[in-house]
Amino acid sequence: MAMHEDPHDAALVRLVAPDGTAVGDTDVGLKPDELRDLLRLMILSRRLDRECMALQRQGELTVYPPFEGQEAAQVGSAFALEPDDFVFPSFRELAAAVARGVDVVEYLQYHRGVWHGGPFDPIASRFAPICVPVATQIVHAVGWAMGARLDGLPVCALAYFGDGATSEGDFHEAANMAAVFGAPAILLCQNNGWAISVPLREQTAGPIHARAEGYGMPGVLVDGNDVLAVYSVTRAAAERARAGGGPTLIEALTYRMGPHSTADDATKYRSADEVRLWRERDPIDRYLKHLLASGIADESFVADCEDEAKEWVADVRAGIASLGPPPAEELFAFAYAEPPESLERDRRSATDGPDG
Amino acid sequence: MVAALNAALRDALTNDPRTLVFGEDVGELGGVYRVTEGLQRAFGTERVFNTPIAEAGIAGICVGLSLAGWRPVAEMQFDGFSYPALDQIVSHIAKYRNRTRGRTSMPIVIRIPSFGGIRGKEHHGESPETYYAHTAGLKVVVPSGALDAYRLLALAIADPDPVIFLEPKSRYWAKEQGELAVDGPPIGRAWIRREGDACTLVTYGAMVARCLEAAEVLARERISCRVLDLRSLVPLDLHTLAESVRKTGRVVVVHEAPRTLGMGAEIAARIMEEAFDYLEAPVLRVTGYDVPYPPAALEQRYLPSIERISAAVRRVVSH
Repeated sequence: MAMHEDPHDAALVRLVAPDGTAVGDTDVGLKPDELRDLLRLMILSRRLDRECMALQRQGELTVYPPFEGQEAAQVGSAFALEPDDFVFPSFRELAAAVARGVDVVEYLQYHRGVWHGGPFDPIASRFAPICVPVATQIVHAVGWAMGARLDGLPVCALAYFGDGATSEGDFHEAANMAAVFGAPAILLCQNNGWAISVPLREQTAGPIHARAEGYGMPGVLVDGNDVLAVYSVTRAAAERARAGGGPTLIEALTYRMGPHSTADDATKYRSADEVRLWRERDPIDRYLKHLLASGIADESFVADCEDEAKEWVADVRAGIASLGPPPAEELFAFAYAEPPESLERDRRSATDGPDG
Repeated sequence: MVAALNAALRDALTNDPRTLVFGEDVGELGGVYRVTEGLQRAFGTERVFNTPIAEAGIAGICVGLSLAGWRPVAEMQFDGFSYPALDQIVSHIAKYRNRTRGRTSMPIVIRIPSFGGIRGKEHHGESPETYYAHTAGLKVVVPSGALDAYRLLALAIADPDPVIFLEPKSRYWAKEQGELAVDGPPIGRAWIRREGDACTLVTYGAMVARCLEAAEVLARERISCRVLDLRSLVPLDLHTLAESVRKTGRVVVVHEAPRTLGMGAEIAARIMEEAFDYLEAPVLRVTGYDVPYPPAALEQRYLPSIERISAAVRRVVSH
């Protein structure tokens, strides 16, 4: 069992229990339509994730890293941001991208192997390119936050990373710099218990959120499968950051229901019991029960969400199918703002043939 | 050269309010080589600031600052301490524009005091240029004197692409008379420092001065050397390189970095591709050896000497 499976930690922020009952103040400042939208975004995301797995199996996508199980951690936190805030994802944050309104077909150019991590417009989307080198994006978030602060803008940056990323030097450098410079940044660790095949206990020996104190910033431990709790703590961290209060480290306890990516078999390194345990803590089931019980949503709303999701992923599938290889000129088009003369011959060779 | 670099930073900070200067000890101290002396007092702690000792962090925040519309000019304290930043430079700074299909720019300058010849301790005499030159998406420049240091740094800061700016430490205190000006050859153009017709010495950084000295020695033997200061390793000025081969027919490449896969290898290969028919002798290399950079007591045995350079020229001339 992963050591983070059920930490009866007094510090854990949880508003809705796995059975859907409220165990904290669920009035997080959201209106009913916003509360329903959280559910809708999680349903859309999960349907998209499963579609991507299928598309990968059918050869329409290259290796794909599924996020099923982490919908609340991603949607809840992304939903807590303002439009001008900036998200710095790793490579498993498609649900956060959905919540931020990133063009999903453009995003999936990456997983189709058509372009690298930033084929969507990162500046307009306020969503940085997919970042694969582990933990490196956290430093970018801190730099962006420093820059925004120099401009006096009331915004914040949010970096997503996993439990494995906290072993990297870049996590440390980012956290330290964020605190030293008072950067308006949220460092959001989705602790899903596994770094590919390595369980948390082999990754780090102490609680991740507790490291915050050593850096001189608040650390928050939240139930990452409780979308309202994630929303609430992220919202508080964002408000604090925008008000000049500096960075916050959030550790969201969650679970990756699928493999690290379509290239590995999770049954080889973790038990079916553990997976079953986390299925019972499913973030969507939990929130659905809560919304139904509180009368905020009804079955017809859920059915509408399912219908919308079905139609939407069909559109996404069609959009992906239409993505062919870019022209060979694009090998050279974006490497430099002003391509060196020496690249010109290479470009001709690539586009006109070897004698070009 | 230190004063010229300082002036280039000062002018950039003055002319473009989006320019930021930061690194380890660059604030009140002015950097360990005083290149940033007085800048924090003049421009404030928001635009000129110390960072924690975190080279990957320094390079990494450049990415975020660029996305936020700033022009970061970061200092690595020493060549040998810049390696923790390689991941951020290679994986992100060099690739971000391409990754985002040109929708983002990384107008970043990473200044690195580099190369040997200062009787430094271990990690203070490294020649890291090949690591960067081999990474597509970066530009790599090396000034050889004060006036060009000003020009190249001003151009690097204005450049929309990331520039690795390698400062030859052993030339920091070298003086050069003249007016500081940006006008002159751009990044990507080499500069003929001495005319000659028997052999071209292709070099950069501190070895330009040494090649000029060697050319003096050789001139007394009636061997006339052209000295080509590359200035810009990426992009490489193939035009001036080929033109030099056509003129002199003979080439010796000189650099401090170890021989294997150093710039000399690239230059020799490019000459084969561009101007083979004009060669009258094999291209020779005079370089550092393929061993770790030595301690002070041995460094002049390691660095290309006037004697080694002259001997190589005599060899190609008598070929």
